[in-house]
Amino acid sequence: MFVFSEEDEKQIEKILNRYPEEQKRSALLPLLTLVQRREKHVSADAMRDIGRRLDLSPAYVQSVCSFYTMYSATPVGKYLILFCINISCQLNGCDELLAHTAKKLNIEIGGTTEDMKFTLHREECLAACSGAPMMRINDTFYENLTSDRIDQILGSLD
Amino acid sequence: MTQILFHNINKKDLHTLAVYEKEGGYKGLKKAFAKEPDEIVEMVKASGLRGRGGAGFPTGLKWSFLAKDVFPRYLCCNADESEPGTCKDRELLQKNPHLLIEGMILCSYACKIETVYIYLRGEFYDLCEIMETALEEAYAKGYLGKNILGSGLNLDIHTHLGAGAYICGEESALLNSLEGGRGEPRMKPPFPAVQGLYAQPTVINNVETLCVVPYIVNNGAEKHAAIGTEKSKGTKLVSVSGHVKKPGNYEVVLGTPIREIIYDLAGGIRDDNKLKAFIPGGSSVPMLPADKVDTPYDYESLQAAGTMLGSGALIVMDHTVNVVEISLRLASFYMHESCGKCTPCREGTRWMWQILQQIQTGKGEASYVDKLLDICDNISFKCFCPLGDAAVAPVISGIENFRADYDELIEKMAANTAV
Ligand SMILES: Cc1cc2nc3c(=O)[nH]c(=O)nc-3n(C[C@H](O)[C@H](O)[C@H](O)COP(=O)(O)O)c2cc1C
Ligand code: SF4
Ligand code: FES
Repeated sequence: MFVFSEEDEKQIEKILNRYPEEQKRSALLPLLTLVQRREKHVSADAMRDIGRRLDLSPAYVQSVCSFYTMYSATPVGKYLILFCINISCQLNGCDELLAHTAKKLNIEIGGTTEDMKFTLHREECLAACSGAPMMRINDTFYENLTSDRIDQILGSLD
Repeated sequence: MTQILFHNINKKDLHTLAVYEKEGGYKGLKKAFAKEPDEIVEMVKASGLRGRGGAGFPTGLKWSFLAKDVFPRYLCCNADESEPGTCKDRELLQKNPHLLIEGMILCSYACKIETVYIYLRGEFYDLCEIMETALEEAYAKGYLGKNILGSGLNLDIHTHLGAGAYICGEESALLNSLEGGRGEPRMKPPFPAVQGLYAQPTVINNVETLCVVPYIVNNGAEKHAAIGTEKSKGTKLVSVSGHVKKPGNYEVVLGTPIREIIYDLAGGIRDDNKLKAFIPGGSSVPMLPADKVDTPYDYESLQAAGTMLGSGALIVMDHTVNVVEISLRLASFYMHESCGKCTPCREGTRWMWQILQQIQTGKGEASYVDKLLDICDNISFKCFCPLGDAAVAPVISGIENFRADYDELIEKMAANTAV
Protein backbone atom coordinates (compact mmCIF):
# COMPACT_ATOMS: atom_id res chain seq x y z
CA MET A 1 0.00 0.00 0.00
CA PHE A 2 1.41 3.37 -0.95
CA VAL A 3 1.42 6.18 1.62
CA PHE A 4 2.82 9.68 1.45
CA SER A 5 4.98 10.72 4.39
CA GLU A 6 4.23 13.71 6.59
CA GLU A 7 7.02 15.57 4.84
CA ASP A 8 5.39 14.77 1.49
CA GLU A 9 2.04 16.04 2.70
CA LYS A 10 3.55 19.45 3.38
CA GLN A 11 5.12 19.44 -0.04
CA ILE A 12 1.81 18.43 -1.63
CA GLU A 13 0.01 21.27 0.06
CA LYS A 14 2.60 23.69 -1.27
CA ILE A 15 2.24 22.28 -4.76
CA LEU A 16 -1.55 22.48 -4.72
CA ASN A 17 -1.37 26.12 -3.67
CA ARG A 18 0.33 27.04 -6.93
CA TYR A 19 -2.74 26.37 -9.03
CA PRO A 20 -6.25 27.79 -9.00
CA GLU A 21 -8.58 25.83 -6.72
CA GLU A 22 -10.60 24.40 -9.61
CA GLN A 23 -7.50 23.48 -11.61
CA LYS A 24 -5.82 21.11 -9.24
CA ARG A 25 -5.27 18.64 -12.10
CA SER A 26 -2.22 20.81 -12.82
CA ALA A 27 -0.61 19.24 -9.78
CA LEU A 28 -0.54 15.84 -11.48
CA LEU A 29 2.99 16.00 -12.90
CA PRO A 30 4.50 17.51 -9.75
CA LEU A 31 2.91 14.77 -7.61
CA LEU A 32 4.04 12.01 -9.94
CA THR A 33 7.52 13.54 -9.83
CA LEU A 34 7.46 13.53 -6.04
CA VAL A 35 6.71 9.80 -6.05
CA GLN A 36 9.20 8.96 -8.80
CA ARG A 37 11.98 10.76 -6.95
CA ARG A 38 11.30 9.05 -3.66
CA GLU A 39 10.28 5.57 -4.74
CA LYS A 40 12.39 5.43 -7.93
CA HIS A 41 9.25 4.41 -9.80
CA VAL A 42 5.52 5.15 -9.85
CA SER A 43 3.37 2.19 -8.80
CA ALA A 44 -0.28 1.65 -9.71
CA ASP A 45 -1.02 2.16 -6.04
CA ALA A 46 0.61 5.56 -5.98
CA MET A 47 -1.25 6.54 -9.14
CA ARG A 48 -4.55 5.62 -7.49
CA ASP A 49 -3.72 7.71 -4.43
CA ILE A 50 -2.76 10.70 -6.56
CA GLY A 51 -5.89 10.26 -8.64
CA ARG A 52 -8.07 10.32 -5.52
CA ARG A 53 -6.48 13.55 -4.34
CA LEU A 54 -6.96 15.28 -7.67
CA ASP A 55 -10.34 13.73 -8.57
CA LEU A 56 -8.86 11.88 -11.53
CA SER A 57 -9.59 8.31 -12.60
CA PRO A 58 -6.78 5.74 -12.39
CA ALA A 59 -7.01 5.29 -16.16
CA TYR A 60 -6.48 9.01 -16.72
CA VAL A 61 -3.49 9.16 -14.39
CA GLN A 62 -2.01 6.10 -16.10
CA SER A 63 -2.44 7.62 -19.55
CA VAL A 64 -0.65 10.80 -18.53
CA CYS A 65 2.04 9.00 -16.58
CA SER A 66 2.90 6.76 -19.53
CA PHE A 67 3.36 9.75 -21.84
CA TYR A 68 6.41 11.06 -20.00
CA THR A 69 9.76 9.32 -20.06
CA MET A 70 10.84 10.39 -16.58
CA TYR A 71 8.29 8.16 -14.86
CA SER A 72 9.07 4.47 -14.71
CA ALA A 73 6.81 1.55 -13.92
CA THR A 74 9.59 -0.51 -12.32
CA PRO A 75 12.21 0.83 -9.91
CA VAL A 76 15.38 2.36 -11.33
CA GLY A 77 18.71 2.19 -9.53
CA LYS A 78 19.90 4.54 -6.80
CA TYR A 79 21.86 6.38 -9.48
CA LEU A 80 20.05 6.95 -12.74
CA ILE A 81 22.54 7.66 -15.51
CA LEU A 82 21.10 9.43 -18.52
CA PHE A 83 23.65 9.40 -21.28
CA CYS A 84 23.02 11.91 -24.04
CA ILE A 85 23.32 10.39 -27.51
CA ASN A 86 21.97 13.30 -29.54
CA ILE A 87 23.78 15.16 -32.28
CA SER A 88 26.32 17.34 -30.45
CA CYS A 89 27.28 14.47 -28.19
CA GLN A 90 27.36 12.07 -31.16
CA LEU A 91 29.80 14.39 -32.92
CA ASN A 92 31.96 14.26 -29.82
CA GLY A 93 32.17 10.51 -29.45
CA CYS A 94 29.37 9.67 -27.02
CA ASP A 95 28.72 6.26 -28.59
CA GLU A 96 32.09 4.84 -27.53
CA LEU A 97 31.76 6.39 -24.08
CA LEU A 98 28.29 4.98 -23.59
CA ALA A 99 29.54 1.52 -24.60
CA HIS A 100 32.43 2.00 -22.19
CA THR A 101 30.04 2.90 -19.37
CA ALA A 102 27.82 -0.12 -20.02
CA LYS A 103 30.84 -2.39 -20.03
CA LYS A 104 32.20 -0.85 -16.88
CA LEU A 105 28.88 -1.41 -15.10
CA ASN A 106 28.50 -4.78 -16.75
CA ILE A 107 24.92 -4.09 -17.86
CA GLU A 108 23.03 -3.58 -21.08
CA ILE A 109 22.02 -0.08 -22.05
CA GLY A 110 18.61 0.35 -20.44
CA GLY A 111 19.49 -2.06 -17.66
CA THR A 112 20.10 -1.86 -13.91
CA THR A 113 22.94 -3.39 -11.93
CA GLU A 114 21.94 -6.31 -9.72
CA ASP A 115 22.63 -4.36 -6.53
CA MET A 116 20.16 -1.69 -7.79
CA LYS A 117 22.90 0.92 -7.64
CA PHE A 118 23.04 2.04 -11.27
CA THR A 119 20.57 2.28 -14.12
CA LEU A 120 21.91 3.32 -17.51
CA HIS A 121 19.73 4.93 -20.17
CA ARG A 122 20.31 6.51 -23.54
CA GLU A 123 18.92 10.03 -23.41
CA GLU A 124 18.04 12.68 -25.97
CA CYS A 125 19.62 16.14 -25.84
CA LEU A 126 19.86 17.45 -22.27
CA ALA A 127 20.69 21.07 -23.11
CA ALA A 128 24.37 20.87 -22.31
CA CYS A 129 25.52 20.52 -25.91
CA SER A 130 28.52 22.82 -25.63
CA GLY A 131 29.81 20.50 -22.91
CA ALA A 132 29.41 17.40 -25.06
CA PRO A 133 29.77 14.53 -24.47
CA MET A 134 27.73 14.63 -21.31
CA MET A 135 25.58 12.61 -18.94
CA ARG A 136 23.25 13.37 -16.11
CA ILE A 137 23.36 11.28 -12.95
CA ASN A 138 20.31 11.94 -10.78
CA ASP A 139 20.24 15.76 -10.68
CA THR A 140 23.86 16.43 -11.61
CA PHE A 141 25.19 17.18 -15.09
CA TYR A 142 28.64 15.88 -15.99
CA GLU A 143 30.13 17.47 -19.09
CA ASN A 144 33.22 17.08 -21.28
CA LEU A 145 33.40 13.38 -20.49
CA THR A 146 36.31 11.06 -21.20
CA SER A 147 36.48 7.39 -20.30
CA ASP A 148 38.82 8.21 -17.42
CA ARG A 149 36.46 10.82 -16.08
CA ILE A 150 33.54 8.44 -16.29
CA ASP A 151 35.48 5.82 -14.31
CA GLN A 152 36.36 8.42 -11.73
CA ILE A 153 32.76 9.68 -11.44
CA LEU A 154 31.28 6.21 -11.13
CA GLY A 155 33.91 5.31 -8.56
CA SER A 156 33.09 8.34 -6.45
CA LEU A 157 29.42 7.41 -6.02
CA ASP A 158 28.54 5.18 -3.10
CA MET B 1 30.93 43.83 -29.19
CA THR B 2 27.49 44.81 -27.89
CA GLN B 3 26.15 42.48 -25.26
CA ILE B 4 22.73 42.68 -23.68
CA LEU B 5 22.50 39.38 -21.84
CA PHE B 6 26.00 38.11 -21.31
CA HIS B 7 28.04 41.24 -20.49
CA ASN B 8 28.23 40.20 -16.84
CA ILE B 9 27.19 36.54 -17.03
CA ASN B 10 30.31 35.23 -15.34
CA LYS B 11 30.24 37.76 -12.50
CA LYS B 12 30.66 35.93 -9.21
CA ASP B 13 27.36 35.26 -7.43
CA LEU B 14 25.30 37.01 -10.08
CA HIS B 15 22.53 34.55 -9.23
CA THR B 16 22.05 36.27 -5.87
CA LEU B 17 19.74 39.23 -5.49
CA ALA B 18 22.46 41.34 -3.85
CA VAL B 19 24.89 41.03 -6.76
CA TYR B 20 22.16 41.28 -9.37
CA GLU B 21 21.02 44.59 -7.83
CA LYS B 22 24.57 45.87 -7.56
CA GLU B 23 24.82 45.24 -11.29
CA GLY B 24 21.84 47.54 -11.83
CA GLY B 25 19.20 44.83 -11.61
CA TYR B 26 15.51 45.49 -10.93
CA LYS B 27 15.92 49.15 -11.95
CA GLY B 28 13.54 48.44 -14.82
CA LEU B 29 10.61 48.04 -12.47
CA LYS B 30 10.39 51.68 -11.29
CA LYS B 31 10.88 52.87 -14.86
CA ALA B 32 8.11 50.63 -16.10
CA PHE B 33 5.69 51.44 -13.28
CA ALA B 34 5.99 55.15 -14.13
CA LYS B 35 4.44 54.33 -17.50
CA GLU B 36 1.10 52.89 -18.55
CA PRO B 37 1.14 49.13 -19.28
CA ASP B 38 0.27 49.73 -22.93
CA GLU B 39 3.29 52.00 -23.31
CA ILE B 40 5.52 49.08 -22.36
CA VAL B 41 3.85 46.89 -24.98
CA GLU B 42 4.43 49.63 -27.57
CA MET B 43 8.04 49.91 -26.46
CA VAL B 44 8.66 46.22 -26.93
CA LYS B 45 6.98 46.42 -30.33
CA ALA B 46 9.18 49.34 -31.36
CA SER B 47 12.31 47.56 -30.10
CA GLY B 48 11.94 44.96 -32.84
CA LEU B 49 12.43 42.09 -30.39
CA ARG B 50 11.46 38.73 -31.86
CA GLY B 51 10.89 35.48 -29.97
CA ARG B 52 14.09 33.58 -29.26
CA GLY B 53 12.43 30.19 -28.71
CA GLY B 54 12.39 29.13 -32.33
CA ALA B 55 9.60 30.75 -34.31
CA GLY B 56 10.91 34.34 -34.14
CA PHE B 57 7.49 35.92 -33.73
CA PRO B 58 7.55 39.66 -32.84
CA THR B 59 7.20 39.81 -29.05
CA GLY B 60 5.38 43.12 -28.63
CA LEU B 61 2.88 42.11 -31.27
CA LYS B 62 2.22 38.82 -29.47
CA TRP B 63 1.52 40.73 -26.25
CA SER B 64 -0.86 43.07 -28.04
CA PHE B 65 -2.93 40.11 -29.30
CA LEU B 66 -4.20 39.23 -25.82
CA ALA B 67 -7.99 39.12 -25.76
CA LYS B 68 -9.19 42.54 -24.65
CA ASP B 69 -10.51 42.89 -21.12
CA VAL B 70 -10.51 39.18 -20.36
CA PHE B 71 -9.00 38.28 -17.00
CA PRO B 72 -7.24 36.50 -15.41
CA ARG B 73 -4.42 36.27 -17.91
CA TYR B 74 -1.34 34.12 -17.61
CA LEU B 75 2.29 34.20 -18.59
CA CYS B 76 4.06 30.92 -19.23
CA CYS B 77 7.80 31.12 -19.51
CA ASN B 78 9.04 28.39 -21.81
CA ALA B 79 12.10 26.89 -20.11
CA ASP B 80 11.70 23.50 -21.73
CA GLU B 81 14.89 23.91 -23.78
CA SER B 82 15.09 20.60 -25.58
CA GLU B 83 15.87 21.44 -29.19
CA PRO B 84 19.00 19.40 -29.90
CA GLY B 85 22.05 21.65 -29.92
CA THR B 86 20.51 24.32 -27.70
CA CYS B 87 21.89 25.08 -24.25
CA LYS B 88 21.59 28.85 -23.84
CA ASP B 89 18.51 29.05 -21.59
CA ARG B 90 20.22 26.67 -19.21
CA GLU B 91 23.12 29.12 -18.81
CA LEU B 92 20.76 32.07 -18.26
CA LEU B 93 18.69 30.18 -15.69
CA GLN B 94 21.73 28.92 -13.88
CA LYS B 95 23.74 32.11 -13.74
CA ASN B 96 21.19 34.92 -13.92
CA PRO B 97 17.77 33.84 -12.61
CA HIS B 98 16.90 37.36 -11.44
CA LEU B 99 17.22 38.72 -14.96
CA LEU B 100 14.47 36.34 -16.01
CA ILE B 101 12.37 37.25 -12.99
CA GLU B 102 12.71 40.95 -13.82
CA GLY B 103 11.73 40.22 -17.41
CA MET B 104 8.69 38.26 -16.28
CA ILE B 105 7.60 41.07 -13.93
CA LEU B 106 7.88 43.61 -16.73
CA CYS B 107 5.91 41.43 -19.13
CA SER B 108 3.26 40.86 -16.45
CA TYR B 109 2.92 44.58 -15.79
CA ALA B 110 2.64 45.32 -19.51
CA CYS B 111 0.07 42.58 -20.08
CA LYS B 112 -1.83 42.89 -16.77
CA ILE B 113 -0.96 39.40 -15.69
CA GLU B 114 -1.05 38.26 -12.08
CA THR B 115 0.17 34.68 -12.34
CA VAL B 116 3.23 33.28 -14.06
CA TYR B 117 4.33 29.68 -14.50
CA ILE B 118 7.87 28.85 -15.49
CA TYR B 119 7.66 25.53 -17.31
CA LEU B 120 11.06 23.88 -16.90
CA ARG B 121 11.93 20.60 -18.52
CA GLY B 122 11.97 17.85 -15.91
CA GLU B 123 15.71 17.34 -16.24
CA PHE B 124 16.29 20.91 -15.01
CA TYR B 125 15.63 19.97 -11.39
CA ASP B 126 18.85 21.69 -10.33
CA LEU B 127 17.84 24.89 -12.12
CA CYS B 128 14.39 24.73 -10.59
CA GLU B 129 15.98 24.88 -7.16
CA ILE B 130 18.12 27.86 -8.17
CA MET B 131 15.00 29.54 -9.51
CA GLU B 132 13.02 28.81 -6.33
CA THR B 133 15.73 30.42 -4.21
CA ALA B 134 15.82 33.47 -6.47
CA LEU B 135 12.02 33.75 -6.31
CA GLU B 136 12.10 33.63 -2.51
CA GLU B 137 14.64 36.47 -2.49
CA ALA B 138 12.48 38.51 -4.84
CA TYR B 139 9.37 37.96 -2.69
CA ALA B 140 11.28 38.96 0.45
CA LYS B 141 12.43 42.17 -1.24
CA GLY B 142 8.90 43.05 -2.34
CA TYR B 143 9.54 42.57 -6.07
CA LEU B 144 6.89 39.87 -6.10
CA GLY B 145 3.67 39.48 -4.17
CA LYS B 146 1.05 42.11 -3.48
CA ASN B 147 1.21 45.71 -4.70
CA ILE B 148 4.79 45.54 -5.94
CA LEU B 149 6.69 48.78 -5.10
CA GLY B 150 3.35 50.52 -4.68
CA SER B 151 2.46 50.01 -8.34
CA GLY B 152 -0.76 48.17 -7.67
CA LEU B 153 0.64 45.14 -9.49
CA ASN B 154 0.05 41.83 -7.70
CA LEU B 155 2.16 39.03 -9.05
CA ASP B 156 2.95 35.43 -8.22
CA ILE B 157 5.54 33.39 -10.07
CA HIS B 158 5.59 29.60 -9.76
CA THR B 159 7.89 26.95 -11.15
CA HIS B 160 6.48 23.85 -12.84
CA LEU B 161 8.60 20.90 -13.89
CA GLY B 162 7.85 18.77 -16.94
CA ALA B 163 8.77 15.12 -17.05
CA GLY B 164 10.67 14.36 -20.22
CA ALA B 165 9.00 15.03 -23.58
CA TYR B 166 10.48 17.23 -26.32
CA ILE B 167 7.06 18.10 -27.67
CA CYS B 168 6.19 19.94 -24.44
CA GLY B 169 8.37 22.79 -25.71
CA GLU B 170 5.72 23.42 -28.36
CA GLU B 171 3.56 26.05 -26.76
CA SER B 172 0.16 24.39 -26.93
CA ALA B 173 1.55 21.03 -25.81
CA LEU B 174 3.21 22.92 -22.97
CA LEU B 175 -0.20 24.22 -21.91
CA ASN B 176 -1.73 20.74 -21.95
CA SER B 177 1.16 19.46 -19.91
CA LEU B 178 0.86 22.32 -17.44
CA GLU B 179 -2.82 21.48 -17.08
CA GLY B 180 -1.89 17.96 -16.03
CA GLY B 181 -2.44 16.27 -19.37
CA ARG B 182 -0.48 14.40 -21.99
CA GLY B 183 1.79 16.80 -23.84
CA GLU B 184 -0.07 16.76 -27.13
CA PRO B 185 -0.40 19.93 -29.20
CA ARG B 186 -3.73 21.74 -29.46
CA MET B 187 -5.61 22.92 -32.49
CA LYS B 188 -4.85 26.57 -33.36
CA PRO B 189 -6.83 28.79 -33.50
CA PRO B 190 -7.74 29.60 -30.83
CA PHE B 191 -4.25 30.93 -30.20
CA PRO B 192 -2.98 31.06 -26.62
CA ALA B 193 -3.35 34.86 -26.58
CA VAL B 194 -7.10 34.28 -26.79
CA GLN B 195 -7.53 30.90 -25.09
CA GLY B 196 -4.42 29.55 -23.49
CA LEU B 197 -3.85 28.20 -20.00
CA TYR B 198 -7.18 27.23 -18.40
CA ALA B 199 -8.80 28.70 -21.54
CA GLN B 200 -7.71 32.20 -20.46
CA PRO B 201 -5.58 34.67 -22.47
CA THR B 202 -1.96 33.59 -22.16
CA VAL B 203 1.45 34.87 -23.20
CA ILE B 204 4.09 32.23 -23.85
CA ASN B 205 7.66 33.41 -24.20
CA ASN B 206 11.04 31.80 -24.23
CA VAL B 207 13.52 32.42 -21.39
CA GLU B 208 15.93 34.42 -23.57
CA THR B 209 13.12 36.57 -25.00
CA LEU B 210 11.98 37.61 -21.52
CA CYS B 211 15.56 38.25 -20.44
CA VAL B 212 15.91 40.93 -23.14
CA VAL B 213 12.93 42.93 -21.86
CA PRO B 214 14.73 44.65 -18.92
CA TYR B 215 17.30 46.04 -21.38
CA ILE B 216 14.56 47.51 -23.53
CA VAL B 217 12.74 49.09 -20.59
CA ASN B 218 15.97 50.48 -19.13
CA ASN B 219 17.53 51.78 -22.32
CA GLY B 220 14.57 52.49 -24.55
CA ALA B 221 13.23 50.82 -27.66
CA GLU B 222 15.44 52.86 -29.99
CA LYS B 223 18.62 51.68 -28.33
CA HIS B 224 17.60 48.07 -28.91
CA ALA B 225 16.35 48.73 -32.42
CA ALA B 226 19.72 50.28 -33.28
CA ILE B 227 21.47 46.95 -32.72
CA GLY B 228 21.48 44.35 -35.49
CA THR B 229 20.12 44.49 -39.02
CA GLU B 230 17.10 45.99 -40.73
CA LYS B 231 14.82 43.09 -39.84
CA SER B 232 16.70 41.34 -37.05
CA LYS B 233 17.09 43.56 -34.04
CA GLY B 234 19.30 43.05 -31.06
CA THR B 235 21.59 40.21 -30.14
CA LYS B 236 21.20 36.45 -30.05
CA LEU B 237 22.68 33.82 -27.81
CA VAL B 238 24.18 31.20 -30.06
CA SER B 239 24.92 27.75 -28.66
CA VAL B 240 27.92 26.56 -30.65
CA SER B 241 28.58 22.83 -30.47
CA GLY B 242 30.04 19.97 -32.47
CA HIS B 243 33.46 20.04 -34.08
CA VAL B 244 34.75 23.40 -32.87
CA LYS B 245 37.70 24.08 -30.61
CA LYS B 246 35.79 26.23 -28.14
CA PRO B 247 32.16 25.18 -27.96
CA GLY B 248 29.97 27.41 -25.82
CA ASN B 249 27.19 29.97 -25.71
CA TYR B 250 28.14 33.22 -27.40
CA GLU B 251 26.13 36.41 -27.60
CA VAL B 252 26.38 37.93 -31.06
CA VAL B 253 24.84 40.97 -32.70
CA LEU B 254 22.30 39.74 -35.23
CA GLY B 255 23.88 39.91 -38.68
CA THR B 256 27.32 38.66 -37.57
CA PRO B 257 28.76 36.38 -40.29
CA ILE B 258 28.65 32.72 -39.33
CA ARG B 259 32.33 32.47 -40.24
CA GLU B 260 33.13 34.86 -37.40
CA ILE B 261 31.11 32.81 -34.92
CA ILE B 262 32.78 29.55 -35.89
CA TYR B 263 36.33 30.74 -36.47
CA ASP B 264 36.76 33.71 -34.13
CA LEU B 265 34.46 33.07 -31.20
CA ALA B 266 34.49 29.27 -31.20
CA GLY B 267 38.14 29.00 -32.18
CA GLY B 268 37.69 27.23 -35.53
CA ILE B 269 37.33 23.57 -36.44
CA ARG B 270 38.95 20.93 -34.22
CA ASP B 271 42.33 19.66 -35.38
CA ASP B 272 42.10 22.40 -38.03
CA ASN B 273 39.96 20.05 -40.06
CA LYS B 274 37.84 21.21 -42.97
CA LEU B 275 34.33 22.47 -42.31
CA LYS B 276 31.78 20.28 -44.06
CA ALA B 277 28.36 21.42 -42.90
CA PHE B 278 26.55 23.27 -40.17
CA ILE B 279 23.05 23.46 -38.78
CA PRO B 280 22.39 27.09 -37.84
CA GLY B 281 19.30 26.93 -35.64
CA GLY B 282 18.93 23.62 -33.85
CA SER B 283 18.20 20.16 -35.23
CA SER B 284 14.81 21.21 -36.62
CA VAL B 285 16.19 23.47 -39.35
CA PRO B 286 17.87 22.51 -42.64
CA MET B 287 21.65 22.12 -42.62
CA LEU B 288 23.90 24.15 -44.90
CA PRO B 289 27.13 23.20 -46.66
CA ALA B 290 30.47 24.87 -45.84
CA ASP B 291 30.27 27.34 -48.72
CA LYS B 292 27.40 29.12 -46.92
CA VAL B 293 29.65 30.02 -44.00
CA ASP B 294 29.63 33.71 -44.89
CA THR B 295 25.88 33.97 -44.40
CA PRO B 296 25.07 36.65 -41.81
CA TYR B 297 23.50 35.19 -38.69
CA ASP B 298 20.07 36.80 -38.76
CA TYR B 299 16.49 35.81 -39.50
CA GLU B 300 16.26 37.10 -43.06
CA SER B 301 19.67 35.98 -44.32
CA LEU B 302 19.23 32.47 -43.01
CA GLN B 303 15.79 32.29 -44.53
CA ALA B 304 17.18 33.44 -47.87
CA ALA B 305 19.79 30.68 -47.58
CA GLY B 306 17.00 28.12 -47.25
CA THR B 307 17.13 27.53 -43.53
CA MET B 308 16.17 29.24 -40.26
CA LEU B 309 17.66 30.86 -37.20
CA GLY B 310 15.44 28.67 -35.00
CA SER B 311 16.58 28.42 -31.41
CA GLY B 312 20.07 29.72 -32.14
CA ALA B 313 21.95 26.43 -31.93
CA LEU B 314 24.86 26.31 -34.35
CA ILE B 315 25.97 22.70 -34.78
CA VAL B 316 29.26 22.40 -36.63
CA MET B 317 30.46 19.32 -38.55
CA ASP B 318 33.88 18.72 -40.04
CA HIS B 319 34.83 16.65 -43.10
CA THR B 320 35.00 13.37 -41.16
CA VAL B 321 31.22 13.26 -40.86
CA ASN B 322 28.97 11.23 -43.10
CA VAL B 323 25.67 13.08 -43.21
CA VAL B 324 23.64 9.85 -43.20
CA GLU B 325 24.88 9.13 -39.70
CA ILE B 326 23.69 12.52 -38.50
CA SER B 327 20.34 12.31 -40.25
CA LEU B 328 19.79 8.83 -38.83
CA ARG B 329 20.47 10.03 -35.29
CA LEU B 330 18.07 12.91 -35.67
CA ALA B 331 15.45 10.68 -37.32
CA SER B 332 15.65 8.44 -34.30
CA PHE B 333 15.14 11.49 -32.07
CA TYR B 334 12.02 12.67 -33.90
CA MET B 335 10.58 9.16 -34.01
CA HIS B 336 11.10 8.90 -30.29
CA GLU B 337 9.60 12.33 -29.60
CA SER B 338 6.61 12.18 -31.95
CA CYS B 339 3.62 12.46 -29.65
CA GLY B 340 1.64 10.06 -31.81
CA LYS B 341 -1.38 12.28 -32.26
CA CYS B 342 -1.27 12.45 -36.06
CA THR B 343 -0.44 9.74 -38.57
CA PRO B 344 2.03 11.35 -41.00
CA CYS B 345 4.38 12.16 -38.15
CA ARG B 346 3.84 9.06 -36.04
CA GLU B 347 4.26 6.62 -38.94
CA GLY B 348 6.43 8.75 -41.21
CA THR B 349 9.17 9.35 -38.65
CA ARG B 350 9.39 5.59 -38.11
CA TRP B 351 9.64 4.84 -41.82
CA MET B 352 12.32 7.49 -42.26
CA TRP B 353 14.29 6.00 -39.44
CA GLN B 354 13.96 2.47 -40.83
CA ILE B 355 15.20 3.43 -44.29
CA LEU B 356 18.07 5.51 -42.93
CA GLN B 357 19.02 2.64 -40.65
CA GLN B 358 19.14 0.31 -43.67
CA ILE B 359 21.32 2.70 -45.63
CA GLN B 360 23.63 3.34 -42.69
CA THR B 361 24.13 -0.37 -42.05
CA GLY B 362 24.93 -1.12 -45.68
CA LYS B 363 21.58 -2.60 -46.64
CA GLY B 364 20.47 0.31 -48.77
CA GLU B 365 19.46 0.21 -52.42
CA ALA B 366 19.64 2.93 -55.02
CA SER B 367 15.90 3.53 -54.88
CA TYR B 368 15.94 4.24 -51.12
CA VAL B 369 16.93 7.87 -51.40
CA ASP B 370 13.94 8.68 -53.57
CA LYS B 371 11.76 6.70 -51.22
CA LEU B 372 13.03 8.82 -48.35
CA LEU B 373 12.25 12.00 -50.23
CA ASP B 374 8.80 10.67 -51.00
CA ILE B 375 8.13 9.99 -47.31
CA CYS B 376 9.39 13.46 -46.43
CA ASP B 377 6.98 14.87 -48.96
CA ASN B 378 4.15 13.02 -47.26
CA ILE B 379 5.09 14.49 -43.89
CA SER B 380 5.88 18.09 -44.89
CA PHE B 381 3.00 20.46 -44.19
CA LYS B 382 0.68 17.54 -43.52
CA CYS B 383 1.13 17.30 -39.79
CA PHE B 384 -0.84 18.66 -36.89
CA CYS B 385 2.11 20.56 -35.43
CA PRO B 386 5.54 21.73 -36.64
CA LEU B 387 7.38 18.68 -35.26
CA GLY B 388 6.69 16.80 -38.48
CA ASP B 389 8.28 19.52 -40.60
CA ALA B 390 11.18 19.63 -38.19
CA ALA B 391 11.74 15.90 -38.58
CA VAL B 392 12.19 16.10 -42.35
CA ALA B 393 14.53 19.13 -42.30
CA PRO B 394 17.79 17.26 -41.61
CA VAL B 395 16.87 14.51 -44.07
CA ILE B 396 15.88 16.66 -47.04
CA SER B 397 18.71 19.15 -46.58
CA GLY B 398 21.16 16.28 -46.09
CA ILE B 399 20.13 14.67 -49.36
CA GLU B 400 20.05 17.96 -51.26
CA ASN B 401 23.51 19.02 -50.17
CA PHE B 402 25.29 15.74 -49.58
CA ARG B 403 23.76 13.16 -51.88
CA ALA B 404 27.26 11.76 -52.37
CA ASP B 405 27.28 10.58 -48.73
CA TYR B 406 24.19 8.48 -49.42
CA ASP B 407 25.50 7.18 -52.73
CA GLU B 408 28.77 6.22 -51.14
CA LEU B 409 27.09 3.99 -48.56
CA ILE B 410 24.71 2.49 -51.10
CA GLU B 411 27.44 1.84 -53.67
CA LYS B 412 29.58 0.18 -51.04
CA MET B 413 26.67 -2.15 -50.49
CA ALA B 414 26.23 -2.81 -54.21
CA ALA B 415 29.96 -3.54 -54.55
CA ASN B 416 29.79 -5.98 -51.63
CA THR B 417 26.87 -7.92 -53.10
CA ALA B 418 28.52 -8.02 -56.51
CA VAL B 419 31.43 -9.89 -54.92
C1 LIG C 1 8.39 20.71 -31.43
C2 LIG C 1 8.63 22.08 -30.85
C3 LIG C 1 9.46 22.23 -29.76
C4 LIG C 1 9.68 23.48 -29.20
N1 LIG C 1 10.52 23.58 -28.12
C5 LIG C 1 10.72 24.80 -27.56
C6 LIG C 1 11.55 24.94 -26.41
O1 LIG C 1 12.12 23.95 -25.91
N2 LIG C 1 11.72 26.17 -25.88
C7 LIG C 1 11.10 27.27 -26.41
O2 LIG C 1 11.26 28.36 -25.88
N3 LIG C 1 10.32 27.18 -27.50
C8 LIG C 1 10.10 25.97 -28.08
N4 LIG C 1 9.27 25.88 -29.17
C9 LIG C 1 8.61 27.12 -29.67
C10 LIG C 1 7.34 27.41 -28.89
O3 LIG C 1 6.26 26.73 -29.50
C11 LIG C 1 6.99 28.91 -28.91
O4 LIG C 1 7.03 29.37 -30.21
C12 LIG C 1 7.91 29.76 -28.07
O5 LIG C 1 8.05 29.27 -26.78
C13 LIG C 1 7.37 31.17 -28.01
O6 LIG C 1 8.24 32.02 -27.31
P1 LIG C 1 9.05 33.17 -28.05
O7 LIG C 1 8.07 33.92 -28.91
O8 LIG C 1 9.59 34.00 -26.95
O9 LIG C 1 10.10 32.50 -28.86
C14 LIG C 1 9.05 24.63 -29.76
C15 LIG C 1 8.22 24.47 -30.87
C16 LIG C 1 8.01 23.22 -31.42
C17 LIG C 1 7.12 23.10 -32.60
S1 SF4 D 1 3.24 16.36 -35.85
FE1 SF4 D 1 4.03 14.72 -34.49
S2 SF4 D 1 4.35 15.73 -32.52
FE2 SF4 D 1 3.01 17.09 -33.74
S3 SF4 D 1 0.92 16.48 -33.21
FE3 SF4 D 1 1.49 15.22 -34.98
S4 SF4 D 1 2.30 13.31 -34.03
FE4 SF4 D 1 2.29 14.87 -32.42
S1 FES E 1 23.25 16.91 -27.80
FE1 FES E 1 23.99 16.07 -25.94
S2 FES E 1 23.41 17.61 -24.52
FE2 FES E 1 22.61 18.39 -26.37
